[in-house]
Amino acid sequence: MLVAVLTYVGYGVLTLFGYLRDFLRQWKIEKCQNATEREEQKDFVPLYQDFENFYTRNLYMRIRDSWNRPICSVPGAKVDMMERVSHDYNWTFMYTGRVIKDIINMGSYNYLGFAQNTGACQEAAAKVLSQYGAGVCSTRQEMGNLDKHEELEKLIARFLGVESAMAYGMGFATNSMNIPALVGKGCLILSDELNHASLVLGARLSGATIRIFKHNNMQSLEKLLKDAIVHGQPRTRRPWKKILILVEGIYSMEGSIVRLPEVIALKKKYKSYLYLDEAHSIGALGPSGRGVVEYFGLNPEDVDVMMGTFTKSFGAAGGYIGGKKELIDYLRTYSHSAVYAASLSPPVVEQIITSMKCIMGEDGSTFGKECVQQLAENTRYFRRRLKEMGFIIYGNEDSPVVPLMLYMPAKIGAFGREMLKRNIGVVVVGFPATPIIESRARFCLSAAHTKEILDTALKEISEVGDLLQLKYSRHRLVPLLDRPFDETTYEETED
Amino acid sequence: MAAAVGVGQQWVLVEMVQAFYEAPAYHLILEGILILWIIRLLFSKTYKLQERSDLTPKEKEELIEEWQPEPLVPPVSKDHPALNYNIVSGPPTHKITVNDKECINFASFNFLGLLDNEKVKNAAQASLKKYGVGTCGPRGFYGTFDVHLELEERLAKFMRTEEAIIYSYGFATIASAIPAYSKRGDIVFVDEAACFAIQKGLQASRSNIKLFKHNDMVDLERLLKEQESEDQKNPRKARVTRRFIVVEGLYMNTGDVCPLPELIKLKYKYKVRIFLEESLSFGVLGEHGRGITEHFGINIDDIDLISANMENSLASIGGFCCGRSFVIDHQRLSGQGYCFSASLPPLLAAAAIEALNIMEDNPDIFQTLQGKCKRIHRALQGISGLKLVGESFSPALHLQLEESCGSRENDVKLLKRVVDYCMNSGIALTQARYLEKEEKCLPPPSIRVVITVEQTEQELDKAASLIKEAAQSVLN
Repeated sequence: MLVAVLTYVGYGVLTLFGYLRDFLRQWKIEKCQNATEREEQKDFVPLYQDFENFYTRNLYMRIRDSWNRPICSVPGAKVDMMERVSHDYNWTFMYTGRVIKDIINMGSYNYLGFAQNTGACQEAAAKVLSQYGAGVCSTRQEMGNLDKHEELEKLIARFLGVESAMAYGMGFATNSMNIPALVGKGCLILSDELNHASLVLGARLSGATIRIFKHNNMQSLEKLLKDAIVHGQPRTRRPWKKILILVEGIYSMEGSIVRLPEVIALKKKYKSYLYLDEAHSIGALGPSGRGVVEYFGLNPEDVDVMMGTFTKSFGAAGGYIGGKKELIDYLRTYSHSAVYAASLSPPVVEQIITSMKCIMGEDGSTFGKECVQQLAENTRYFRRRLKEMGFIIYGNEDSPVVPLMLYMPAKIGAFGREMLKRNIGVVVVGFPATPIIESRARFCLSAAHTKEILDTALKEISEVGDLLQLKYSRHRLVPLLDRPFDETTYEETED
Repeated sequence: MAAAVGVGQQWVLVEMVQAFYEAPAYHLILEGILILWIIRLLFSKTYKLQERSDLTPKEKEELIEEWQPEPLVPPVSKDHPALNYNIVSGPPTHKITVNDKECINFASFNFLGLLDNEKVKNAAQASLKKYGVGTCGPRGFYGTFDVHLELEERLAKFMRTEEAIIYSYGFATIASAIPAYSKRGDIVFVDEAACFAIQKGLQASRSNIKLFKHNDMVDLERLLKEQESEDQKNPRKARVTRRFIVVEGLYMNTGDVCPLPELIKLKYKYKVRIFLEESLSFGVLGEHGRGITEHFGINIDDIDLISANMENSLASIGGFCCGRSFVIDHQRLSGQGYCFSASLPPLLAAAAIEALNIMEDNPDIFQTLQGKCKRIHRALQGISGLKLVGESFSPALHLQLEESCGSRENDVKLLKRVVDYCMNSGIALTQARYLEKEEKCLPPPSIRVVITVEQTEQELDKAASLIKEAAQSVLN
């Protein structure tokens, strides 16, 4: 309760100061630091409304140094960062030229540790790069379909346990270009509250009606499904053509895992289709890294459209969609990406092929399996220790995405800076990616983190937590039981 | 005085009570009824406009049982022209192996031949050794590498603008840039022949779209005048409605350039901002390859935003936007494809930087490319049955059927036979692919002819004569 009040007070003070500074800037008492419109275009309609940028100018600018930190090494467990200073309170940055070395990287999505610049993956990618070059210069349907792409797609289908798969050049674009190909006007999309921007954009571009159900709440979803089928389209009462449910495997800001068995049961009962976005969960969940479907022990054929990205666990770039052969054939013909967008770059394809084979164990070693196990161990250990220390952690016990609640706006900046002083790089998130009073720090665990690295990080986090009074939790848990099915919302509540 | 007021008030009260007693009965009864009615209305349930369904749970169950959705995807016939892809074995360079046939590549947008360039590959290799392949994060969260910053600086310097921003996918560049500035209620004037990425960006922005006929400045001016008269009716709204014109430097669908000097005049006359999409013209037009602004000799600050993808001349992957900091900086927080997507793999950024170096060091390749374009443009004139669409200096031309044979499907089949004939004889061509149901103004079916700097004159002549032969045998 106290925390909530203080958070609001914090935002109130910042807003007041914001208005004051805007006032001073308008009356030219204070110098205006941001770029301005051209003289010749001063009488054009202004490009930005003043109030749209209020948040940016007054709140974001103060703590801007926590984001867009430039690095200059491979984004593995430890990373080198370019030092930058600001002499005018974050309006401009200057690089001192020095490099801060060996910062523990708790921010990159490197779940299985494949972000490496040495090793089998890198060598294979180098070979393909010298043979094929870096670009493709054409679309899939024209001259951009290389034999490498065909090889990759067969491999993905085998990895996921589906009939067929198709790969695309960008994870974000996979969603925003394929959802419109699958559904259109007269269809219904039921989307989770906290879905990623790419899913929301894809749903909007499709022209279908969108209804939102509460995060991971099966009663809300069932009610929407019932209402949709019984009442039909809003005014004409015609039955819906199709119903598509959009969920994610692991939600990146909450760390929660979708309740997949229940969603599939509902989907079957109400004859709708399921689109599962496994951007964060592929490679990170499941005893052999096959994602959230394997984690729950379900049949991949129950999920109609399995989508995922290669950026996180495979250390490459791009996205894929897997499913039945008819689905993939349809997407090959009608997906926006196949017709108008460039295909994947060959060395990136090779990296995916090598890393996927490694995870599957087909390259002859157990390296992949070990990584998956190491990640699971790291996750459990890290979460347990943080809870013991008394922080408020959101998300499921097994998800490698660990959000730690900060709540107050001033602590966002302070946490980021203090951790950097101690050589740990963390990601802090505030509005608008999260609700305004629930800002958090988010740790992404990796199989590349050894126990020593985690212990160092935990020690520093505890120190900073004491310094900034972040240990909000009223209960000190001693977690012993594995609870894979419950606990998809936050573990502790404050009051 | 207060006492007097108090007495006055009291006196009014007394009068009221007296009036109450002296009123006729029916008056009181009527007022009583009215008061009761008001109380009833205040406390009765509100009615929703849609009638609640009075369906019993059993009826609901039946409805749920009976409802049959459509299949998730309609079946696609096996011989759909877009289903069978050409399989390219090996790199898609100048000499390409398509479907196990060795051909000369007239289909990949590798205008400056940089796909195969050793220097570019070496730069990418060095970056691969240093950074690995992926960036494992979006730009905001440890996904910003020094290569990205260097590439942005170099692009800004090359294009002589203040700032540049990089996206990790060419399609997403313009599709994220437009919705960052143009919102619901704003007005965008866009050319009919705009490419699909622009159309998706406009759809995502939810603004009012006004299409004007391709390259027709008279039509555009008419629309602008109409908008002006609308504005005069409602000046307060007009003061906050932003206006944009979106055009391409070199149109992908038609191969011609936009009349940029006239557009600039219209811009200042009607106070509209210009967004220029230069995917095909970057690295092709202009003395140093800076695109259409250099081609026409226009001050680059007159264009508010230039967007291009790096997948054509720079032979890499990704895209960039450049312009003044005032405009570009906004995308760092509101460009969806920038904030919510992983950044460009460093090896591709390094390849792009090296490609830029080569472009800066050898400005004569642009003249060479233009010469080749003009040569093949002349050579492809006068083919019976096919007409050439595109400017003489455009490296991406279209060959359309002079007379359609009735349906688009048959046209496509006919063109496929021409393409197959050419491929069997060693020239790799492709048909231009479109999503027929999704395009706003669907261009007619055509064969794409792409000229690159690596094609020798003999090869150009061979291609032209082969296409003539193919047209003769297939169309006559």
